[in-house]
Amino acid sequence: MSETAGTAGTAGAAGAAKTAGAAGPVRPVGRLRSGVRAYGLIAAMWIRSTMAYRASFVMTAFGNFAATGLDFVGILLMFSHVDALGGYTLPEVAFLYGTAGTAFGLSDLVMGSMDRLGRRVRDGTLDTLLVRPVPVLAQIAADRFALRRLGRITQGLLVLGYALVALDIAWTPLKILMLPVMVLSGAAVFSAVFVAGAAFQFWAQDASEVQNSFTYGGTTLLQYPPTVFAKDLVRGVTFVLPLAFVNWLPALYVLDRPYPLDLPSWLAFLPPLVAVVCCALAGAAWRVGLRSYRSTGS
Amino acid sequence: METDFTGHEGFIELDGVEKVFDVRRRKGRLRREKTQVRAVDGISFSVPRGEMVGYIGPNGAGKSTTIKMLTGILTPSGGRVRVAGIDPARERTRLAQRIGVVFGQRTTLWWDLPLRDSYRLMHRMYRIPDERFKVNMARCVDLLDLGGLLDVPVRQLSLGQRMRGDIAAALLHDPEVLYLDEPTIGLDVISKAKVRDFLRDLNAERGTTVLLTTHDLTDIEQLCKRVMVIDHGRLVYDGTPGGLHEVGESERTLVVDLERELPPVEVAGARVVKVEGPRQWLAFPASVSAAPLVAAVAQRYPLVDLSVREPDIEAVIAKMYADRSAL
Repeated sequence: MSETAGTAGTAGAAGAAKTAGAAGPVRPVGRLRSGVRAYGLIAAMWIRSTMAYRASFVMTAFGNFAATGLDFVGILLMFSHVDALGGYTLPEVAFLYGTAGTAFGLSDLVMGSMDRLGRRVRDGTLDTLLVRPVPVLAQIAADRFALRRLGRITQGLLVLGYALVALDIAWTPLKILMLPVMVLSGAAVFSAVFVAGAAFQFWAQDASEVQNSFTYGGTTLLQYPPTVFAKDLVRGVTFVLPLAFVNWLPALYVLDRPYPLDLPSWLAFLPPLVAVVCCALAGAAWRVGLRSYRSTGS
Repeated sequence: METDFTGHEGFIELDGVEKVFDVRRRKGRLRREKTQVRAVDGISFSVPRGEMVGYIGPNGAGKSTTIKMLTGILTPSGGRVRVAGIDPARERTRLAQRIGVVFGQRTTLWWDLPLRDSYRLMHRMYRIPDERFKVNMARCVDLLDLGGLLDVPVRQLSLGQRMRGDIAAALLHDPEVLYLDEPTIGLDVISKAKVRDFLRDLNAERGTTVLLTTHDLTDIEQLCKRVMVIDHGRLVYDGTPGGLHEVGESERTLVVDLERELPPVEVAGARVVKVEGPRQWLAFPASVSAAPLVAAVAQRYPLVDLSVREPDIEAVIAKMYADRSAL
């Protein structure tokens, strides 16, 4: 790598970057680009294959929509008996539910296949991915790309739509910006949990259940206002797992609600940063896991 | 920058390569004992470009571990590996563009999708130029008889069909090296012959370097001029397939059916190893022709039927080992 970069350095920076990308060991940016491209190729293949059976797709997507929507039906049932949950009205809870659900739905769509890693390690089919010229992470994440998971996203967006109509929010530019930022950051944090959970499966091949308790369990937690939970639980979720950044803090900012644990309000603007840190940590965990697999072969 | 590998410099180069695994064994209720297993224990060899080499040995000898280090799947614990001048462990994805791998036991194809979809994805994933892809595809479909199978999901293919599909998948990007790990395992005679013919042509026409592990000595005898034998992680033989029989003093077996039960046959150059009613088993050196022996037996005994059995690889290697430890 150094040799290629060295000779090309005199020829011009643009040329050097190109040569190094093609000939030397792939650099982080090159690896990312190659991973995204491979993900796109594999996902496209699965979408084409899904669309060959359109009726089946419509049915499974609707099933996904209905199954995930039952959670919200539960909330509606609760509100048929009470006017407020932990001091929060139905539209406010719907706002929490919609943002958390949409964020999780996005990461489930993109990264939901990661939990198959343990099985691939066990039956040895991971080796077949290691002999291909694209990153293993992208190949596993895109494997059996399930378009039916759009059902969960649709459901989350519908509930969020209802909340935005029903809520009486004093909108400011910052609050409007906060919406996409919190959903996308949330999706990134959940994706990081998916990747870190998968990395853990390099050592413990049945660990996908632990990871599920963070991802699926985490969203369920976030769909309710923090005030209904015990303080220790809230503290744990906020600090041990950055899941609170996904939803509660920015949502409470949008809703003009007081923060749990007397946290300062500027924390609401941290989600993108937290997302980047989480993704970096998950990426590092993944690399350590893969390196361990390649030295032990199991 | 491009290195010329046609000279004495090996295209595949191993120098004192080792792979040590930690194995944890349960001892008692909670205690675990950690032991080290040297799966590959200091192997050195060199394969020039365009050679077709057999790599054989009993189960657990270290064949697959070697292949995994040559593809970059596993990182060696010691020694030096170079394939086409690339260190596989450090530049796995770059090497992947230049090698093809077929695992006999598991497929690289996408299980639930038609064969055609897997190939289409390989096309894009390996960035194969459209024209090359078309040519290579047509060639593989023709020579490997894949025409009627392209729209069948991989899981519905028979073992032989799937193997041919896998071999095609490994070759679409014109690899310079092809690793085959047990490519004929579980195949019927006709499928085996098809696969062998294809590999022979590939090596002759394209000059593809081929490294082949197998249990089937016939694969080696029909395809390779050179064979390496590995046992307990060490290279115990490197030479021609014919020489293997001499070194191992391997024996073929002539099975004769006589008209009736007789005392053990007495002929020069063979000895009776087993008698079962009118059927007798005669062992003779594998390097000797069976014809004079058959003639001698037929002349002196009432012969009804006969067959010749080739030595199997396990027996040859077991014999080699017995001789070595006897020294």
